[in-house]
Amino acid sequence: MTKVLIVAEHFEGKLNAATAKCVSAAQALQPDSIDIVVLGEDPASAAAEAARITGVTKVLTVANVANSPPIAQVLAPQVSQLASGYSHVFGPSTTFGKDLMPCVAALLGVSQVSDLMAVVDSHTFKRPIYAGNAIVTVEASAADVVVATVRTASWPEAARDGSATVEAVKVETALPTHTRFVGLTAGKSDRPDLQSARRVVSGGRGVGSKENFKIIFDFADRLGAAVGASRAAVDAGYCANEMQVGQTGKIISPELYVAIGISGAIQHLTGIKDAGTIVAINKDAEAPIFEIADIGLVGDLFKLLPELEAAL
Amino acid sequence: MKILVGYKRVVDYNVRVQVRPDGSGVVTDGVKQSPNPFDEIALEEALRLRDKGVATEVVVVSIAPSDAQAHLRNALAMGANRAIHIVSDQPVQPLTVARTLLKLIEQEQPDLVILGKQAIDDDANQTGQMLATLWGRPQATFASKIDINGDKATVVREVDAGLETLEVELPAVVTTDLRLNEPRFIKLPDIMKAKSKPLQTITFADVAAEGGETLKITHYAPPPKRSRGVMVKDAAELVAALKQKGLL
Repeated sequence: MTKVLIVAEHFEGKLNAATAKCVSAAQALQPDSIDIVVLGEDPASAAAEAARITGVTKVLTVANVANSPPIAQVLAPQVSQLASGYSHVFGPSTTFGKDLMPCVAALLGVSQVSDLMAVVDSHTFKRPIYAGNAIVTVEASAADVVVATVRTASWPEAARDGSATVEAVKVETALPTHTRFVGLTAGKSDRPDLQSARRVVSGGRGVGSKENFKIIFDFADRLGAAVGASRAAVDAGYCANEMQVGQTGKIISPELYVAIGISGAIQHLTGIKDAGTIVAINKDAEAPIFEIADIGLVGDLFKLLPELEAAL
Repeated sequence: MKILVGYKRVVDYNVRVQVRPDGSGVVTDGVKQSPNPFDEIALEEALRLRDKGVATEVVVVSIAPSDAQAHLRNALAMGANRAIHIVSDQPVQPLTVARTLLKLIEQEQPDLVILGKQAIDDDANQTGQMLATLWGRPQATFASKIDINGDKATVVREVDAGLETLEVELPAVVTTDLRLNEPRFIKLPDIMKAKSKPLQTITFADVAAEGGETLKITHYAPPPKRSRGVMVKDAAELVAALKQKGLL
């Protein structure tokens, strides 16, 4: 029996889109059932959203004030206890899932399949290593539960026309109190979310300064796009770290990706390989970004962006 | 306060890794090896805590093949007080690393363990979380700021939504993100000094925990390639090309 348990990621009552991507990955296993568990202080509204994801059999909720905000070492013993009876436990390869799932794996005595990008069969998977410069086929032992994080850029969101049952469950296990949540400083933005946006405009070192980055924001707003940045731009202090796209930042798969003043370091290209169409604008015709761009334009971004805005 | 730092040797981040034609692995012969960048950040942070008088001893540990002595000397030259080389000629998976480090922790009794958030070879991002779990201690992953206040650490974490701050009781495991610090350059006199610092060698079998590897890599393949597209001359052509693709 292939039975999958997916750990939902949610924030302020809303389900993160990554959860529906985990469902797509789970469906590739052709499982007997897919359950989602929502751990939170008041998981009801996120659970209702999860119940609508197509292919979901059941949504489990674990209501506990200790589960909000989520702390990996608090959630892990609950998830590992719920994992009994399941053949696979999946979470998203977001900072939430990357923090939590290895703890679950350790409690279950297995190494984790990180960044699952393709399913070969129920215990054989593909995942990237070396910043995506190699793809390995990994076989998990059929005797063990499979714990994996799902590489969100590799999977579409599952549709939402389902109506799974929601079931509140109790988990009796001692929870650690050694960790205290102090606060979250979120980069407030009215723009689309970088991870799930259909269009993304990113700026690199070529933008030149924090002040100049305004031209990237303006252009993104004109396109209704989310704004990203290369590691070089983040390191130079042009923009916030959570905007970083690449191996060590966010790995994204928008329909349209526009790289502006980005040379195309390997670690950046890793983050955008799954984009539908890549447009590169750079003054250096030899920049490596042009080797993978679908449409390239050589020129001065400060001249070209206003022209583009006018032509849109 | 004693800090234990994980220090893995990996293929240098500037190397464009090639998959062997028979799919049995990646080419590592004659390829430059360097400390994992996130581990250098971990070591730098430990050294800064010692410089500030918060820590008294910084111990680095590496599970690495027998030829990795220079790698550990490098950590000593950077400033670690001593180094432990756990010799394993086989690659080890994160759970095995965590189990092995836990055995070492039982001997060393560190107050803080700092590891890189991931190694840039297997990109697993698991060891720190697994170690904290098996140890029954707090974890603060993806750290961009660490403050120690008595028996607690306040850690700022880089998460998808922004910056999260956690307060954890010590001992704890912290994993580093890129912006935590910029590692120092090693000076020549430090390389000389490192030669006389203690470097302990342990056979992997002596600290190996029970339980084997649970995953098997059966094949390596190069990634699917994106091919070079078209070049356009100006803004108007770009807009036309995007419209043609139905993207505008």
